[in-house]
Amino acid sequence: MQQAIRICKKEFKDYFISPIAYIVISIFLLVTGWFFFTTFFYYNQADLRNFFNLLPITFSFLIPAVTMRLFSEELNVGSYEMLLTLPVTFADILLGKFLAGVLFVAIALIPTLAYPICIAFMGQLDWGPVAGGYLGAVLLGAAFVAVGLFASSLTRNQIIAFIVGMTICFTLTLIDKMLFFFPRALLGVIGYLGADFHFKNISKGIIDSRDIIYFLSVVFIGLYSTYLAMRGKN
Amino acid sequence: MIHVENLTKYYNDFCAVDQISFDIKKGEIIGLLGPNGAGKTTTLRMLTGYFMPSSGTIRIKDYLLDEHLLEIKKLIGYLPESAPLYHSMLVFDYLDYVAGIRGMDKNQRISRIRQLVNLCGLDEIMHRSINELSKGLNQRVGLAHAMMTDPEILILDEPTSGLDPNQIVEIRNIIRKIGKEKTVILSTHILSEVEATCDRVVIINKGKIVADDIMENIKQSAGQKYFIHLDLLNADFQDVNEQFSRIEGVEKIQKIQEAQNGNLSIRLTCESPVDLRETIYQTIKQTSWVLIEFHQETKTLETVFRELTKED
Repeated sequence: MQQAIRICKKEFKDYFISPIAYIVISIFLLVTGWFFFTTFFYYNQADLRNFFNLLPITFSFLIPAVTMRLFSEELNVGSYEMLLTLPVTFADILLGKFLAGVLFVAIALIPTLAYPICIAFMGQLDWGPVAGGYLGAVLLGAAFVAVGLFASSLTRNQIIAFIVGMTICFTLTLIDKMLFFFPRALLGVIGYLGADFHFKNISKGIIDSRDIIYFLSVVFIGLYSTYLAMRGKN
Repeated sequence: MIHVENLTKYYNDFCAVDQISFDIKKGEIIGLLGPNGAGKTTTLRMLTGYFMPSSGTIRIKDYLLDEHLLEIKKLIGYLPESAPLYHSMLVFDYLDYVAGIRGMDKNQRISRIRQLVNLCGLDEIMHRSINELSKGLNQRVGLAHAMMTDPEILILDEPTSGLDPNQIVEIRNIIRKIGKEKTVILSTHILSEVEATCDRVVIINKGKIVADDIMENIKQSAGQKYFIHLDLLNADFQDVNEQFSRIEGVEKIQKIQEAQNGNLSIRLTCESPVDLRETIYQTIKQTSWVLIEFHQETKTLETVFRELTKED
């Protein structure tokens, strides 16, 4: 575990050494800020529902951009060989990189806390859904980071890793909106697979174990697939 | 120290390493030699636990590789081919990170990094970014990475590739120094490097071991053929040919060149268990030729290597 924390620290620092962190966070704040506040005053309602509604889509874009380099770059440069021959297990490496990604998402969310604070001055803000929304956002972020890690472990090309990661995240986000393509018998199962569906529940302030289990299982499946993909390489 | 038995590695259908076995004692410097694609890197990668063998066992000290991987990794310092380091980090940050993962506390780290800076000559580049370094400097940082905890076993994959001649000599001296107490395995296709640094040579070709012995024995093992070089004045090739072909053991007489001043260069290929130099000298003495040069070409590792690894 200590080794995982060391790796996490290093990966997290790396984001802020290179321009990635600043670019990703700026774009994230611009996009969410713009779409949220352009419609906010029409509704005349003191809540963050629009902000949270948009989050799965922006995350589908941005998180794969954050995670694409985690394994691809190491494989491309060859530094993975040096890392793996140090006294660490693969679980340490995987966990370290995953935690660094999740921490990064959490950091990116911090500036958006300005929105509920501002709104609280303007009207009666219900803090329950806001707290639920942020918890959901971190869970959603963790799930997408795991998916992005998996995409990154498939290839040494970062652009391919980004596109594959984005495709999977988008599919997870939009699948419950495309239910009419599927046979009736499968509707329940496929609806359950949608990340957006579970995220909406949490961001309403309803913390249901089914939704939490959903996100945790996406994390688990993502990390386990990464393990399988990397094990195949050596 | 290291015991390898029937080690085999397949990449899909391609057999990169084919049932090799060897033993390495503590304090030996082993040169792993072979042409490109012979399986050197694959062998080293299996020894360090980066690749899983398709079959066979590796035992290091009392640890079996597939059961105590973490313990084995702690014993080994490994420098992969061309030292792939993290590009965006500073040299100091990188070494500090490695020291941390190697489990050193803060004070230990600083003093150990100081030592390595002196040993590998890194003092001027500690605060430069790794992607700005030249190939040779990068290689030295890689060497510092491998030697971080003063490991008992040092595995170096082509440690001197890309270095200038001065740096090569420096790195060889470092390896020799370490090799007094530690076990060192280095792979290379530069033969003079093995001659300059190693006690024992393992030659690999197409995934198989073709020779494994101390340097002296390997040189002798490739048959009893040797060459004698002669420069004669006042001699005629026809005549020389006639005289030398009478000596038993002289296989072939070649004229290398005939200079204008009547200087005749010839090369004798000898195959004989006894030294023919005396007989040759006696033969020359009986004639009116003037001997200006007479030497035996010593058998280099190069010739042995070519004989052992040439295509059938």
